[in-house]
Amino acid sequence: MSVNYIYPPYEIVRDFNRCINCKICVKQCANQAHIFDEKKGIVIADDTKCVNCHRCVATCPTRALKIVKSDNTYKENANWSAESMKEIYRQAESGGVLLSSMGNPQPLPVYWDKILINASQVTNPSIDPLREPMETTVFLGSKPDKIVRDTDGKIIDNLAPQLKLSAPIMFSAMSYGSISYNAHAALAKAAEKLGIFYNTGEGGLHEDFYKYGKNTIVQVASGRFGVHKDYLEAGECIEIKIGQGAKPGIGGHLPGTKIVGDISKTRMIPVGSDAISPAPHHDIYSIEDLRQLVYSLKEATDYKKPIAVKVAAVHNVAAVASGIARSGADIIVIDGFRGGTGAAPTRIRDNVGIPIELALASVDKRLRDEGIRGNISLVAGGSIRNSADIVKAIALGADACYIATAALMAMGCHLCRSCHMGKCNWGIATQVPELVKRLDPDVACDRLVNLVTAWTHEIKEMMGGMGINSIEALKGNRLMLRGVGLNSKELEILGIKHAGE
Amino acid sequence: MLKIDCADKHFSEIGRLIRQTDEKIIVVDNALGHRYIASGAKDKEIIVNGTPGNAMGAYLDGCKITVNGSAQDAIGDTMNDGLIVVHGNSGDATGYSMRGGKIFIKGDAGYRAGIHMKAYKDKFPVLVIGGKAGSFLGEYQAGGIIIVLGIDADSKTNVGYFTGNGMHGGKIILRSQQLPDLPDQISARKANSEDLIEIEKYVKEYCLYFGKDANEIMSKDFFVLTANSANPYKQLYTSV
Repeated sequence: MSVNYIYPPYEIVRDFNRCINCKICVKQCANQAHIFDEKKGIVIADDTKCVNCHRCVATCPTRALKIVKSDNTYKENANWSAESMKEIYRQAESGGVLLSSMGNPQPLPVYWDKILINASQVTNPSIDPLREPMETTVFLGSKPDKIVRDTDGKIIDNLAPQLKLSAPIMFSAMSYGSISYNAHAALAKAAEKLGIFYNTGEGGLHEDFYKYGKNTIVQVASGRFGVHKDYLEAGECIEIKIGQGAKPGIGGHLPGTKIVGDISKTRMIPVGSDAISPAPHHDIYSIEDLRQLVYSLKEATDYKKPIAVKVAAVHNVAAVASGIARSGADIIVIDGFRGGTGAAPTRIRDNVGIPIELALASVDKRLRDEGIRGNISLVAGGSIRNSADIVKAIALGADACYIATAALMAMGCHLCRSCHMGKCNWGIATQVPELVKRLDPDVACDRLVNLVTAWTHEIKEMMGGMGINSIEALKGNRLMLRGVGLNSKELEILGIKHAGE
Repeated sequence: MLKIDCADKHFSEIGRLIRQTDEKIIVVDNALGHRYIASGAKDKEIIVNGTPGNAMGAYLDGCKITVNGSAQDAIGDTMNDGLIVVHGNSGDATGYSMRGGKIFIKGDAGYRAGIHMKAYKDKFPVLVIGGKAGSFLGEYQAGGIIIVLGIDADSKTNVGYFTGNGMHGGKIILRSQQLPDLPDQISARKANSEDLIEIEKYVKEYCLYFGKDANEIMSKDFFVLTANSANPYKQLYTSV
């Protein structure tokens, strides 16, 4: 007698009146949750294999399928949720470290939802973006302290290299390896069309994508995978990855089994070799050491590219950011604890790091208090879900936002959080050729362009409502925000007043 | 030939002069802790007299650098191709994450030498340390070869603690009386005749640069350290 402690969380419900046994679901499900029963001549389902990615639902021609949450209940209580119980069973069975993907799903506060945006009434009239110009262009990079003139009074160009974004939105780092070739192609094309940037992640840059260099940020992480002179020259900006919001303080490990074909070529490591990104950079033990990496990159690229430093939002992030600002870096990237990942130990993802809203507000304040905010650009990421989150982030002090989970969803991701299994039915988080083929880069690119275009228009409308016609005037404009249902400490950290004040 | 006198020059000026010149041979005099010399350099021959600072030859991509003196930390960081010859000692993280090219240190290297070295296709990084190496030698090594000769060294192992921690590819060669304490993920053995042929090739090159006697060096015992073939990092994960 076999005993199974774990009951499948989702049920595949098939309406047999509608099902025409076309077997599309059987072909579409890489997890093999749908099976054709030869004897009975019907398609049946194995709920244990379902990850609720909705591929079958979306491709069923007769809408015969739906996935529902199982109403089977453990005898859970307020302390021991069904999820905690299942995790115990799983670990007792396997002895393994719990592994999961995408951002922190725990019911921790989402501060964006407790912040409200202002609008003008009577005085300082609102602006209609349809009839008046509205500036959403953003420049990222160090800004000089002062204007310097030559003896003739002409301005000497002392501006450090800048990234020009048509809107304060960029696609954040996702490596080729964690996501597919087609997903990378779509991000690169969309960034080019939109006049924004996408980020290679730490897996190197595929030779086919060098042509998108003008819209590329290349990443340098502790493993230095795929990092060489031409790669550094390929993008417009180099991002040093210190940490990631989903897994602060730990590194990455792409198992040798995933280092195949082009992934091996792009990472510049042999097929089948483990790709270990150690938790720290082994040449960085201090801000002074970080400065060394920043300047070795600047020297290698002739000071032509801004250098960004990405850190996870952790308890002392404000002090860390102050150090980064003094290291010679041009852009600070803060990644909040809800940021996504292709794979992270569950306990780290769910318990380490702090919300981006609080981190961003405290970093911006710290840099202003120290009089160095103007010298450096600040980018926030880690679960930016919509244009209102971006408006709030900018008002809290960000120059621009990174989006990744939202971008994946635009391409078709249904947030089943099973990236680490490598069998993404949507062709995004997989390297299986038949699955990758499902993602048409041109269609995915159009959907990304649509999303960012729509958000940009919404940003303009919200700015217009506040009587603001330039993103620069929104930056750090915390008077445009009010908190609701927040305690005084939270309001103090966010630097905003409560609604009604 | 371009001569650069480092005295009273900021590193950025030295870097600019090296990047901008069409001269193939550059002599850098009076180096005294000047950082990033020849960072990202290609197709040049650079002779550094004095003590260059950290990150010399970082991202080097096919360039010969000779240091008449000692070098500081992180020389050859993420080096892709080229040759660095140091007529002295080198600091910490020598050859960090190098993917190709060769580094020869006449004397000792500091901590974390050859950390995260990796090989790829025709790229095969070589790091030869004439004297002793510090702790964490070859940590996370994924490819290439690190050789510690221990010439005139007074230690039995010629390395510090934690040699090869996290190593998952490549080779470490130790010319020493005995093996250091090694982590479980490493297997060690005495060099066989095939190993010795490979080692001798690099020893001869070392002797060519520093005028030592290859036969005398080869007359001692060598140990070969490699990653234990049973994949030690495949932690057992369970999906949620």
